Amino acid sequence: MSMSSVGRPTQPNVGASIGGHASLTGGRGLLQDEPLLFELGGWDKTGVDFDAAEHDASDLGDLVRSRPIGLSGLSEPETMRHYVRLSQKNHAIDLALYPLGSCTMKHNPRLNEKMARLSGFADLHPLQPMSTTQGALELMDRLAHWLKTLTGMPAVALTPKAGAHGELCGLLCIRAAHEAAGHGHRRRVLVPTSAHGTNPATAAFVGYSVQEIAQTADGRVDLSDLAAKLGPDVAAIMVTNPNTCGLFERDVIEIARLTHEAGAYFYCDGANFNAIVGRVRPGDLGVDAMHINLHKTFSTPHGGGGPGAGPVVLSKALAPFAPAPWIVHGSQGLELVEETKAEAAQAFGRMCAFQGQMGMFVRAYAYMRSHGSDGLRQVAEDAVLNANYVKAVLSAQMTPAFPDGPCMHEALFSDAWLDDTGVTTLDFAKAMIDEGFHPMTMYFPLVVHGAMLIEPTETESKRELDRFCGALLALAKAAKAGDVDRFKGAPYLAPMRRLDETLAARKPKLTWRPDDSTVAPTPLAAE
Amino acid sequence: MRYLPLTPDDRTQMLGTIGVPDIDALFKDVPTAARKTELFELPRRAGELEVERELGKLAAMNRPAGAGPFFCGAGAYRHHVPASVDHIIQRSEFLTSYTPYQPEIAQGTLQVLFEFQTQVAALTGLEVANASMYDGSTACAEAVIMSQRVTRREKAILSGGLHPHYAATTQTIAHAEGMKIVRQAGAIDAEAAVIAAIDAQTACVVVQTPNVFGVVTDVTKIAEAAHVAGALLIVVTTEAVSFGLLKSPGEMGADIAVAEGQSIGNALNYGGPYIGLLAAREKLVRQMPGRLCGETVDADGRRGYVLTLSTREQHIRREKATSNICTNSGLCALAFTVHLSLLGEVGLRQLAALNHSRARELKDALDGIVEVLTPRFFNEIAVRVPDAANVVEALLADGIIAGVPYSRLDPHAGLDDVLLLAATETTTSDDIAALVAALKGRLGR
Amino acid sequence: MRFTKDHEWVEVDDNIATVGITAYAAEQLGDVVFVETPDVGKAVKAGDGFAVVESVKAASDVYAPVSGEVVEANGALGDAPDTVNAEPEAAGWFAKVRLSNPAEVEALMDRPAYEAYLQTL
Repeated sequence: MSMSSVGRPTQPNVGASIGGHASLTGGRGLLQDEPLLFELGGWDKTGVDFDAAEHDASDLGDLVRSRPIGLSGLSEPETMRHYVRLSQKNHAIDLALYPLGSCTMKHNPRLNEKMARLSGFADLHPLQPMSTTQGALELMDRLAHWLKTLTGMPAVALTPKAGAHGELCGLLCIRAAHEAAGHGHRRRVLVPTSAHGTNPATAAFVGYSVQEIAQTADGRVDLSDLAAKLGPDVAAIMVTNPNTCGLFERDVIEIARLTHEAGAYFYCDGANFNAIVGRVRPGDLGVDAMHINLHKTFSTPHGGGGPGAGPVVLSKALAPFAPAPWIVHGSQGLELVEETKAEAAQAFGRMCAFQGQMGMFVRAYAYMRSHGSDGLRQVAEDAVLNANYVKAVLSAQMTPAFPDGPCMHEALFSDAWLDDTGVTTLDFAKAMIDEGFHPMTMYFPLVVHGAMLIEPTETESKRELDRFCGALLALAKAAKAGDVDRFKGAPYLAPMRRLDETLAARKPKLTWRPDDSTVAPTPLAAE
Repeated sequence: MRYLPLTPDDRTQMLGTIGVPDIDALFKDVPTAARKTELFELPRRAGELEVERELGKLAAMNRPAGAGPFFCGAGAYRHHVPASVDHIIQRSEFLTSYTPYQPEIAQGTLQVLFEFQTQVAALTGLEVANASMYDGSTACAEAVIMSQRVTRREKAILSGGLHPHYAATTQTIAHAEGMKIVRQAGAIDAEAAVIAAIDAQTACVVVQTPNVFGVVTDVTKIAEAAHVAGALLIVVTTEAVSFGLLKSPGEMGADIAVAEGQSIGNALNYGGPYIGLLAAREKLVRQMPGRLCGETVDADGRRGYVLTLSTREQHIRREKATSNICTNSGLCALAFTVHLSLLGEVGLRQLAALNHSRARELKDALDGIVEVLTPRFFNEIAVRVPDAANVVEALLADGIIAGVPYSRLDPHAGLDDVLLLAATETTTSDDIAALVAALKGRLGR
Repeated sequence: MRFTKDHEWVEVDDNIATVGITAYAAEQLGDVVFVETPDVGKAVKAGDGFAVVESVKAASDVYAPVSGEVVEANGALGDAPDTVNAEPEAAGWFAKVRLSNPAEVEALMDRPAYEAYLQTL
């Protein structure tokens, strides 16, 4: 069998609690033990008032539902309390540094939220006449101009709804280009071992086989291995730059040259664009396609897992294959080309209904305009400076995975420094929670044992970085001094102790199931 | 720069700690040829006031849906969202948190996802739902690909009543994944043709109700035919409020239900972000794409929630994952769940009844002026008018956005005389009267 | 009992090979939460992936150590995947295969050889 040796422990470690004081009600001070909506509300309760309907549904006959839905409602005050109480169990950027490597958890400017809520953007229907949405199309066009200028690429497809969706869009462009050139037999994709999981998943999704490229001892693509694996059946390489070890691919121009020489395209995973925005243009590096996570580099909020946006910039060779819709300057002003026929016949298709994540476009554009070309350059510089500072300070106790030379926007450590302490990367991360910080990315990239990937971002002050590094150094000393309980049972002070993921996966319980007392009678008394 | 906390002094000190002379030393791995020394040809930084002015100007060039009579639907619907929903989704702890990979400090998001999954399962009448997809169209494509994993067959039949953008998205993505897509011709009562196309190679049939022309269909017979052939039935719904009035997909025999959830909790946003709903029979859970949240206990035995069955996902399974999806529509799911908590069983039923009532009012008002094509509808109807696109343009002069010409969705269907109009609780009798008067004037009737 | 370098075991009785994963593999995986066994009647070739075993944080392919036809799958693992952890080399078996090339078994490691191999990992 194939086996991963990097899996982390997943059962809760039952350890002694700190202090031994528990409340009588299950709460923890101001943190309430909050039941589920379905246990709080009732089928006959609502937080919304409506006029009565004037016409009934008799015209629909037996198409009308014959069973209750099984929903639970709350009044407005109860709703506020329920969700505000739940919110308090979350960590957030607005509370403290959120050092998830590869995720770019930076401050989300509130101006952008305000702009996205202007009725002239938020209250626009995607299919209303284009003459009534010229300002929206103008904003998309300006955003496209910024993205193209910052990346040095001639075209951009705006519609992809997240990074992985952008990867899919980029690979579909590449596939369409190969097929148009009679090279449909190119079906192999080369991906470095350190790649994000979405890269091989996306390549497999479009029916390509995936082959890994080896990494050198200093954390870069192994050029000789790449050269050996390139061949007439290779469609593309997918390389993240800066890569997932937080390092710039020094030989990127040579990587591009070898790739193009072999007739393949260079797909760049742009997840780490934050490190180079305003300073380096991927177009100058020989990239053919790259997605840009607007929710990373251009700070649209992560929102607990989305929504994001993943526009893809394209080289001249790939641009004709971009999916519908896109914007053109027509005689009546700006127009969306929504059909992949006639003059747009080379377009490979459509990534989604409508024209993409407009709400994210507004936020990202406001972010770009606020920073300007000078501010964006400063973003990259401060992101890289902060990461190198953290790397320098933490190296006093922890083992940097690549000690020689600078890192880019994130600092990668291995767990070598935890050898013989009995503490694992996971334990260490959970102890960080007790100190008020979100853990770093753990066990990724897969090429470094017990990896800890720290991305502070540019929106952290020196004071917060010092506070963070101070906490980690103190924890590191405690681990080395044998204070194992502090780690094995951690977190002690979080809203929850360690959760049993094995139980969750063995006996999946994915929904709350109603009992008779909580379900509306049929038919509803209210009707 | 107001978003960057480091001072020049900080930077000097930090460079000293690192042991390099200047910031350029940290970029030394970038090939010299690719280092841009001068600033890009783009505007310089701008204060809040200046940015507000520019974006305010752009926003003012658009005509918001709420600025006058408005009848667009066709996959996105204007509804009233209670003020408290927006307040909650702007809480820092929800807005500025990441995917809940550290469950001990993400119980807020996780419990919301568990509530969301329960609500989606209830609405669709199925046992399990995931924690959201990008939107309805991509959820549809993912469901079709999921049917291939379940049945190990490659053919998908898309009904002609399916939203053309959904069909195009599914064709693009599922075809790329190796499936054979049979797209039936757009027609008002398209569902009749579906059963005849099912054969022993069929992985799934995809049927929309209410369909893109607004037609509500009982798909029970299609479900039976699909199941006899060993295929799955995927039911698509683009108007989630309709779940409050109509028979659920599960009740009619669907194996997978996908829907656009924008109608509940989310603004029109010119097309995104929206929220894809995906629910299925329990036995299909391991073939589902996307994140799933499950109940468990912590080390003290207290109930809590975690992301689970994640070995299906890209960060573990890599090239063998069920989908490449990572980021989904978390905050839109929160808005959906909060709005649906406010509505509850009673409120959603009332809202759905009100939508249907307004659409009946619209239909009654249009009867006699134009031919109404939709026999059974929820809140959207198709009518016949010559050159529908021109009619819509003409009515703009009367301050009315009169709906979506079908030709905008599919210019090659030969349905240039079909106009789609939706009415929701936001549509007033005055709006309908204005539309009728303007139409009469333009059509000379 | 014979073993592969990929940590599967085989025990042959009257030309029927019972196949599972070794105690070492089960321990490395951690808590097994799901097992996907092959369909009965499926023809397998030595070295092909023919089952999947999942712990919370890893999903691994199990390769057929021998060629032949699957004649039985261990349905009990559906409700009790933890059996793979409790009794990996007994009740936690995955499938039974009717051998098409019994010579393949002879090429596999015996227990001392497998244990010596584990020492090298």
